[in-house]
Amino acid sequence: MTQSNLDQTKNTQFTGTQSYIATDDLQLAVNAAITLQKPLLIKGEPGTGKTLLAEEVAASLGMPLITWHIKSTTKAEQGLYEYDAVSRLRDSQLGDDRVYDINNYIKPGKLWEAFTSDERSVLLIDEIDKADIEFPNDLLHELDKMSFYVYETGETITADKRPVVIITSNNEKELPDAFLRRCFFHYIDFPEEQTMRQIIDVHFPNIQEKLVNDALDIFYKLRNLQGLKKPPSTSELVDWLTLLLADDMAQEELEENLRGEKSIPPLYGALLKNEADITLLQRFANMMRR
Amino acid sequence: MFVKLFYTLRTYGVPVSTRELLDLNAALDKGLMRQPHPELSKQFPEDKDLWYFASREDMYRLIKLCMVKDERHFDKFDRAMADYFEGVDSLDIDELMAKLTDIPQEWLDLKLDPKNLTEEQRRLLKKYGSLEELMKALEERLKEQKERHQGGSKWVGTGGSSPFGAYGDHPEGVRVGGESRKRSAVKVWEQRKYRDLDDDKLLGTRQLQMALRNLRQFARTGSADELDIKETIKRTAKKGVLDIHMQPERRNRVKVLMLFDVGGSMDIHIEALERLFSAAKNEFKTLEFFYFHNCLYDYVWKNNQRRHAERTPTMELLQKYGREYRVIFVGDASMSPYELFSVGGSVEYMNAEPGAVWLKRVTDHFDKVAWLNPEDAAYWDYTHTIGEIKKLMQGHMYPMSLHGVEEMTEYLAR
Repeated sequence: MTQSNLDQTKNTQFTGTQSYIATDDLQLAVNAAITLQKPLLIKGEPGTGKTLLAEEVAASLGMPLITWHIKSTTKAEQGLYEYDAVSRLRDSQLGDDRVYDINNYIKPGKLWEAFTSDERSVLLIDEIDKADIEFPNDLLHELDKMSFYVYETGETITADKRPVVIITSNNEKELPDAFLRRCFFHYIDFPEEQTMRQIIDVHFPNIQEKLVNDALDIFYKLRNLQGLKKPPSTSELVDWLTLLLADDMAQEELEENLRGEKSIPPLYGALLKNEADITLLQRFANMMRR
Repeated sequence: MFVKLFYTLRTYGVPVSTRELLDLNAALDKGLMRQPHPELSKQFPEDKDLWYFASREDMYRLIKLCMVKDERHFDKFDRAMADYFEGVDSLDIDELMAKLTDIPQEWLDLKLDPKNLTEEQRRLLKKYGSLEELMKALEERLKEQKERHQGGSKWVGTGGSSPFGAYGDHPEGVRVGGESRKRSAVKVWEQRKYRDLDDDKLLGTRQLQMALRNLRQFARTGSADELDIKETIKRTAKKGVLDIHMQPERRNRVKVLMLFDVGGSMDIHIEALERLFSAAKNEFKTLEFFYFHNCLYDYVWKNNQRRHAERTPTMELLQKYGREYRVIFVGDASMSPYELFSVGGSVEYMNAEPGAVWLKRVTDHFDKVAWLNPEDAAYWDYTHTIGEIKKLMQGHMYPMSLHGVEEMTEYLAR
């Protein structure tokens, strides 16, 4: 390894931020993606901070963040550029002069933006699994070579500074092997209690130890409840703690719940997001009381 | 380098290609890892690649990052790593747990002659009072290990400090977790916490979710908004300026008829599957459930409590539901051959025609029929009727794993 390239890695080390706890695995994954300039594919339960990761990486490395949200209708070409033939046709019918320059009708997409950014940027391709099954395949070359060809104008857009590409997936569709092979892959595990405490700590620096203990106790109990459609995750826990902190009454109820005087934890709406789960909890609580 | 590792991973079924191997080497080349570790250089004097890691955990992380591209393969990967590092085949805890629930009864029934026991075993038995208690303790520990992933001195099979290691040579094969480990740290790969993500395992809660997504895709085909070219040309010609017309997405909704085998050892699995399909219910145009017991005969029923009062003749099913209905049987297909092939073979009543005839009628009437079997596919060959029914289904019998459900929906959707 040469000295210059050592320096480069040193400058771009991601170690988590003040508001984001990254496990060793995750740090390694991010640093590998930065150093080897390959996209990083992130999977994990909803609410474990996949999307947040890109924001935090961008913030901690001081790079601009470019986000491309994927929907079921998103096409790969939209990330490169779009040629608006319809409005050009319309303009030609209306006799607009703009029609003579094709560049007027080419709208750069997020990839174009990231490739031509003045400084190295972080490109987040969020929820890639939402798109059509062919979507990842259509981006293979672009992500590999970090360049693409614009047919309409005959120019080639190449990234001077290859962006750090972070891709998230919720597993709704399987991603093609060829695509996976071009990425590093990291699966965000559900945080263990110790990590969870760190996470709570960065979000609520002044929180009382006891409240955290009580809340975590209930939280993990709830997560272990069999048959929940969507077990609460980190983001729900953080929301719930915010609410608990704002409400002294609720804190008392929390203790009553732990002592078994009250069957349902307070403000449970922040933890469970669908009706079936809440019914399940109530039924379970009733059973416990009997 | 890492060629041996590469092939170990492949042996364990982790899909790795040259590309991944090159990436791993590139990652090392770029100095992603820290300084060479003194202990590692001692441990693997001839394999210099291994020195560059601060710890085995770091190496495990890096290899995992580069080599595995899907969490479904994490469990296979963990086992491969255990093999690569330790050079021992890891034992499957699940398999052992299954054995544990099957075997104790036999064990306890065995008349254990103290004369046949070794000195060691006798000492142990004494310590635990009886074999029964020993088994209980073992089960306890396995459970604990499964839940908390804790190792150390409680790890079953850790030589010396745990009785089970010593007990390990019992002919029935209670031997857990490999050799005795003097080093106390639990290796990450030994925790095998990704076992649930492996898609060949029978459906658990997570897999149910995944399978549900699969079913949704099965039920919903056709693309999003599309341009109605005919209408656009027509309108543009009429108006003289471009007038785009879009048409709504086309939906091809699937009709499903499900027949569940109830009243047997498979009830839990079947309930789970029923829940799964109910959850996907609004994705299908119609979804109907019926029940039968062991084998399909001349009637089925809809309400399990009132199965003797409210019956639906199977013939009626064939008349009522058109051939475009996709039929899914759910059951273990394990019965005595009489139940399948003989008149009067049913365990419940006198059937006029053998079950096989009824199954044949169903497969003849409907275009696509599949059988989902909660029984582990590895044991299918041991039960005669499973093979026979599979033949009747023209081979379309699928295990109740994520992979199986995937394959089944693929077949049914085609």
